[in-house]
Amino acid sequence: MRLGANTYVGGALVGLALTVAILAPWIALYDPVMDANLMNAELPPSWEFPFGTDAQGRDIYSRIVYGARISLTVGIVSQMCNSLIGVTLGLTAGFWGGWWDDVVSGLTNLMLAIPSLVFALAIMAILGPGLVSLVIALGLTAWSYSCRIARAQVLSLKSQGYIQAARILGYGDLRIMFTQVLPNILGPLIVIATLGMGGAILSEAALSFLGLGIRPPFPSWGSMLSEARDQIRAAPWLSVFPGLAIFLTVLGLNLLGDGLRDILDPQSTTRRA
Amino acid sequence: MSTPLLAVHDLNIALASDNKSYSAVESVSFEIGRGEAFGLVGESGCGKSITALAVMGLLRRPLSLGGGRIVLDGQEIQDASPAEMRRLRGSRIAMIFQEPMTALNPLSPVGRQIAEMFVLHQGTGWKEAMDRAEDALRQVRVPSPERRIKDYPHQLSGGMRQRVMIAIALACSPDLLIADEPTTALDVTVQAEIIDLMAELCAAKGTAILMISHDLGLVANMCQRVAVMYAGRIVEAQPAHAIFATPRHPYTRGLVDSLPRLGERARRGRQRLREIAGVVPSIAAYPPGCRFNPRCSAVTDICRTTAPAITTLPADGLVRCHHHD
Amino acid sequence: MLLVLGRRLFNVIPTLLAVIALVFLLFSVLPGSFISGMNEDGRSAIDPAVMERMRKEMGLDDPLPERFAKYVAHTVTGDLGISFRTREPVTKLIGARVWPSLKLVLAAMVFAVCVGVTLGFVAALKPGSLIDTVSMVGAISGLSLSQFWFGLMLMYLFALQLNWLPSFGYGDGGLRNLILPAVALGVGPMALLARTTRAAVLDVLNADFVRTARSKGMSERLVVKWHVLRNALVLVITIVGLQVGSLMGQAVVVEKLFSWPGIGSLMVDSVFQRDMPAVQGCILMIVLFFLAINTLVDMAYVAIDPRIRYR
Repeated sequence: MRLGANTYVGGALVGLALTVAILAPWIALYDPVMDANLMNAELPPSWEFPFGTDAQGRDIYSRIVYGARISLTVGIVSQMCNSLIGVTLGLTAGFWGGWWDDVVSGLTNLMLAIPSLVFALAIMAILGPGLVSLVIALGLTAWSYSCRIARAQVLSLKSQGYIQAARILGYGDLRIMFTQVLPNILGPLIVIATLGMGGAILSEAALSFLGLGIRPPFPSWGSMLSEARDQIRAAPWLSVFPGLAIFLTVLGLNLLGDGLRDILDPQSTTRRA
Repeated sequence: MSTPLLAVHDLNIALASDNKSYSAVESVSFEIGRGEAFGLVGESGCGKSITALAVMGLLRRPLSLGGGRIVLDGQEIQDASPAEMRRLRGSRIAMIFQEPMTALNPLSPVGRQIAEMFVLHQGTGWKEAMDRAEDALRQVRVPSPERRIKDYPHQLSGGMRQRVMIAIALACSPDLLIADEPTTALDVTVQAEIIDLMAELCAAKGTAILMISHDLGLVANMCQRVAVMYAGRIVEAQPAHAIFATPRHPYTRGLVDSLPRLGERARRGRQRLREIAGVVPSIAAYPPGCRFNPRCSAVTDICRTTAPAITTLPADGLVRCHHHD
Repeated sequence: MLLVLGRRLFNVIPTLLAVIALVFLLFSVLPGSFISGMNEDGRSAIDPAVMERMRKEMGLDDPLPERFAKYVAHTVTGDLGISFRTREPVTKLIGARVWPSLKLVLAAMVFAVCVGVTLGFVAALKPGSLIDTVSMVGAISGLSLSQFWFGLMLMYLFALQLNWLPSFGYGDGGLRNLILPAVALGVGPMALLARTTRAAVLDVLNADFVRTARSKGMSERLVVKWHVLRNALVLVITIVGLQVGSLMGQAVVVEKLFSWPGIGSLMVDSVFQRDMPAVQGCILMIVLFFLAINTLVDMAYVAIDPRIRYR
């Protein structure tokens, strides 16, 4: 089982992001919200402020470090939510078939017809801005992929007779789902979850950038970019570092997901192709 | 004897896997005369298909030519440049494959796929090529050829697709037709038709046939001479009738004996089908000495250590066994 | 062909109706979201009597099925309500923005397909080469980019530093204003298409019928031209279709970044101002776009792959 360079590089990047997020209070130089001195506004990178300061005089480096916490938390929680919903719906739909399957398939088609960012926007419109509504919005809009995979796997196992055999042995439905089907889809699910986290982080950044997600003064990478946008001419470094942070984290997740796919899902059922 | 059309001397094909090199085909030698039908028989995995690919110059990684000479009409081609090989393919050596469904481009009308041959090798224009394609379909006895040339492969049955393949292969009247298990994927009723068609057309055009199959009966019926391959080596070669009447190698004997015969139950009462014990070894695990030794009933110590030398037999035959009859 | 179009449209209609229903549910059923939204846009609290009158006017006290039926009837006939903010019909607001959005999405898609598919082909035809590695690294990077960040960087480089292109706005609707937003929007799909095309071409190159083509004596160039191209494209078109959806979503952000007067930026503004009818209208419009483009892609698929035609 040879791990490609993909997995190592990806793993390293993700590990870096996680470490930064966990160790934030210790590796940040200043408080990301409170240490705002207008005298220090918009200074370019220096020894004192490694990434420079923003319009409020806050240290960018520290804000990025703390921002890692927010982005990663949102990414992980919303993706777990999506996976949970998707797997539950998919498993049950494939398993019980009938009208429930029709309902779930209809729902999935519906979800696919509405671009997820648009849907998330709509939900944010109703719930108002903020971290909680962000997580809810992101957690409800990206489940169709895991749902499809779970359902397809159940149907495939069904056609191979695994499920019938288990029933004859007297296994109850829930038990079959947990012991027979779930282990088979765990691999592809992990791949989807990893890649999905990257997508969630990008979506969070987009929504925060629009001003609907995490609002200032909290240091989300996306909202930092929205602040940076107005200063692009005067202080371009404000835009570079948060974007770079997003890029490296998502790149790490994508590379890791790709690498994991080679190990866990050799038949490429999760290939977006 | 005049120059054979195709002479293969000591062909070796190597398989690269996990940084190691295995010998997939070893010291294979045979000759096919002009217009002759030659059969190559063996079980799956014995190397007969890749021998054919080697003659065509179509070996791809991880397979590669490991040595030996391939001589077509007196000219050595094993080291020919890709451009030279391209000129030979289709015009002098043609090949048809086992799975007609996947062997044709699903997005291109069959008429066009035949017409390509004329455009490629004879420089004809497309219009004329399509007319000739229609003729070609007529030759392989496809009904309503003027309509069929516009059809797509998925609209034809397996037998018809194979006829299309034959039409493509014989379009430019090649000197040699290599047929790799052409009927294995077809219904039994269609098999005989296809074989007869091939034999007839090739006889008419003077095309030699290299018929590759696992079916000894089929090959013996159609071909003048037969070679038997096992685990990458040719173990016996004889005229077709002799292979059946007097098989010299234990493997060949096993193959012949395993064929159920009509009327045997009446003659000898109920019998079990006779099989050859054991399984074909994988390339990575070829036994030392004679590769058939684990399954041979006449095995002795020398068989396990030394590869048997070639013994020539009358009528250009050969056998490779320490204890041949 | 018409039959296929008809059948496809037939499938689209239920989805469209379902979306209308969903939008209605989201915005009308959730307590208070409609009218109270008007409070939150910063104006002073509305007199309860006025609110009561508005409720009656908008029929918000009617039973749900009646409201729904009215909503569907209005929507289908093109009446998307009156914007809270500008008091104009939503349809008018959206109408002015359809063309800019369409232009942007199509331009981005053209960019993505031309660059992505070409890169994918080249990478597959020379596997393991430098260009292959570079393309694929580029592709996975493209997938990991925040498209608006990329847009911001592009803006900085080409507009502010080099001054080659305008930094935002629609301008006179010409090509110069379109380039940066289209590239920023298209880089994600381009990356995905590059990867997918490469995989598809590699798959086809190993197919049996390509072996047959080689056995006919064709040069590799002809093999690709006559046999590989179409078969790979068939696989790619499916992805193009799927990408359009995500593109419409990303367009919202890119439009806002470049102050592009499209439906996306209208939607964002409306969400901020709690202009619910406008938000609803935008969602419906975007979904309509998406379904329309998907249908077009489906038809292209049928045109290329004869196996579907003869079903």
